[in-house]
Amino acid sequence: MSRLLKQHPSLAWIALVGFATLCSLAVVWAQKNLGAAESAPVMKSRPKAEKHLVAIKPGPPTPRLDTGLKDAQGRAITAACSTCHSTTTPNTMRNTAHDLFQAHRGLSYAHGNLTCLSCHNAKDYDALHLADGRSVAFPDVMTLCAQCHGTAMRDYLHGSHGGMNGHWDLSKGPRVRNNCVNCHDPHHPEFPLVRPVLPPRDRISVPNVPAEH
Amino acid sequence: MNDPAPASPKTPCGGNCSCSGGSTNASPPPGDDGSTRRAVLKGLGATLGVAAYAKALAPLTELTKETSMDEFLQKHYKELSKDEIATVITRLTQEAKEQYGADVTISDPKPQEGVKFGYALNLSICNGCRKCAEACHLENNHDRPSHQSYIRVFEMTKGSMDFEKGNVHYDHPVPQPDKYYMPVQCQQCEHPPCVDVCPVEATWKEKDGIVVVDYNWCIGCRYCEAACPYHARRFNWQKPQIPAPEINPDQSYLSNRIRPQGVMEKCTFCLHRTRNGRLPACLEACPTGARVFGDLNDPASEVRYVLENKRVFVLKEELGLKPQFFYFFDE
Ligand code: HEC
Ligand code: HEC
Ligand code: HEC
Ligand code: HEC
Repeated sequence: MSRLLKQHPSLAWIALVGFATLCSLAVVWAQKNLGAAESAPVMKSRPKAEKHLVAIKPGPPTPRLDTGLKDAQGRAITAACSTCHSTTTPNTMRNTAHDLFQAHRGLSYAHGNLTCLSCHNAKDYDALHLADGRSVAFPDVMTLCAQCHGTAMRDYLHGSHGGMNGHWDLSKGPRVRNNCVNCHDPHHPEFPLVRPVLPPRDRISVPNVPAEH
Repeated sequence: MNDPAPASPKTPCGGNCSCSGGSTNASPPPGDDGSTRRAVLKGLGATLGVAAYAKALAPLTELTKETSMDEFLQKHYKELSKDEIATVITRLTQEAKEQYGADVTISDPKPQEGVKFGYALNLSICNGCRKCAEACHLENNHDRPSHQSYIRVFEMTKGSMDFEKGNVHYDHPVPQPDKYYMPVQCQQCEHPPCVDVCPVEATWKEKDGIVVVDYNWCIGCRYCEAACPYHARRFNWQKPQIPAPEINPDQSYLSNRIRPQGVMEKCTFCLHRTRNGRLPACLEACPTGARVFGDLNDPASEVRYVLENKRVFVLKEELGLKPQFFYFFDE
């Protein structure tokens, strides 16, 4: 993991873009993130005689803060992030959620020792940003993840990270890919502990398993 | 329904039975293969466990509601003509309705030309949640009370590679820090020992690499179960119990149709899905994305990427069985 720290983010980014020339999936993905419309990220797969598409689930919508107040119809009143943050001074040093007393109490945060503003855009709190300053909309968050996690992104683009649904054979049908944030909370990316399902109850067919002795 | 037997030139079994024309007498299966199978049935009765013994004798003594005459007379899958397969499938569909109250569709998809399936699993990612085993249980119409599944997940001590030392009965939040998790299912060996030991050729390897069982030909001797070093084969001790609404109606003859009692079953890489281009159920169910499936013959496939870019290994390589199921760790 420390290997990630050593990687200069922009190097990883360059590597990713270089790699993209090998993989049309990445090419389309990169093109899309170099200014294409913010529509649902549907992309063409490998340039074989394949008819169907690989779609990546979109990232989160631009978040809003729940003020805790209700309007006349009882709906929650929310505020755009920029409402407050256009007046506050961005705290570029903050890398913990322990001392968030006012607006963001209770945020669970453990992502290396990144500062909040290594992802959030200090110039526009309704967006994120890359290391080179380019703004990234929330739904395009994968571009941001890819900047620092080149290896995971490369594996993802080759289908060996992040899982999929649908068809292995794109000549027979489409495929849907998860977004990084479907599995990794950007504030707490470690995969959570879970309780296993369906303990086996078979009697004889595991001859050598110690627990049965 | 047509009686499948008369369609065959080899109909008379050569014995002293009256096996043509759907007689109600108990009769051994027709043809040369049938006689072999009958001889094996006799020979095995004396040496095998109670369930296998019962299974071996059952067809010879009585035809229960569950073992119809047609089923008993059915030829080996590979010898069935297209029409005969259709007849058999009609019968199996009716049986599912009668015995389980379920409307099912049973297909018989063939291997795709030039495709050879391979599976890879990232042990750095798998967290042991057993969602794959659960998905298999549901997809493949496994017996509900026994929690049957073709996948067994071993909780392994880090550093150890011998899954025989793993524990499948863990029941605590996962992953534990000093453990890793190894799901094991049929490895679809290039040289499957289970196929070699079958005395009646009820199991074989198909062109796309999938080892299948003709459940209607299997005599339940369980030799294959003993021969498999991955413990990947299961025996149906009971007639599978599944409530009608839970039955997966998308079935195929060689994979997830409801198996009769007393026969072997095994993972088929969900061939009813994968031969139609879809991903296996266990892969789709994996919440961690640890599973990679695809065509080993396609250099651009996801599974080839893993083979070429990760340090993959196979279980019990020293046995030389050449599994088509690969494991790897990141790094
Ligand atoms: C009601 C006003 C308000 C709104 C709306 C608001 N914030 Fe904040 N935010 C604050 C305050 C005040 C702080 C300073 C830390 C503290 O004491 O909570 C802060 C801190 C932060 C920080 C830490 C960096 C810094 O500048 O201190 C981030 C990142 C942040 N907010 C993101 C957001 C996002 C994203 C949204 C939209 C979902 C949002 N905020 C909406 C008031 C607000
Ligand atoms: C790795 C990049 C990253 C870092 C670092 C990061 N955020 Fe975020 N943050 C995001 C993304 C992406 C979202 C949108 C998530 C969503 O809506 O699911 C978000 C959403 C938010 C929101 C609104 C939604 C919510 O979860 O409450 C607040 C507030 C927020 N971040 C504050 C912070 C603060 C404070 C820090 C530092 C302690 C921080 N963020 C660090 C990426 C990051
Ligand atoms: C600015 C660089 C940066 C960005 C952007 C970033 N990460 Fe990280 N990430 C890190 C660092 C640094 C670590 C900590 C590495 C370590 O602990 O050794 C980390 C760790 C992780 C881990 C491992 C967590 C664990 O403890 O197992 C995951 C998963 C992860 N990030 C996912 C994401 C995702 C998803 C995104 C996009 C929402 C993202 N990261 C964006 C730098 C980044
Ligand atoms: C299907 C769920 C899933 C998706 C989608 C997913 N990951 Fe992961 N990822 C995992 C799991 C599970 C682990 C292993 C447990 C952990 O480290 O938290 C992991 C580990 C990681 C790690 C740490 C290990 C390493 O390789 O260094 C990083 C970084 C990471 N993922 C980044 C990403 C990025 C970036 C994306 C999007 C391109 C992504 N992941 C998409 C499930 C997922």
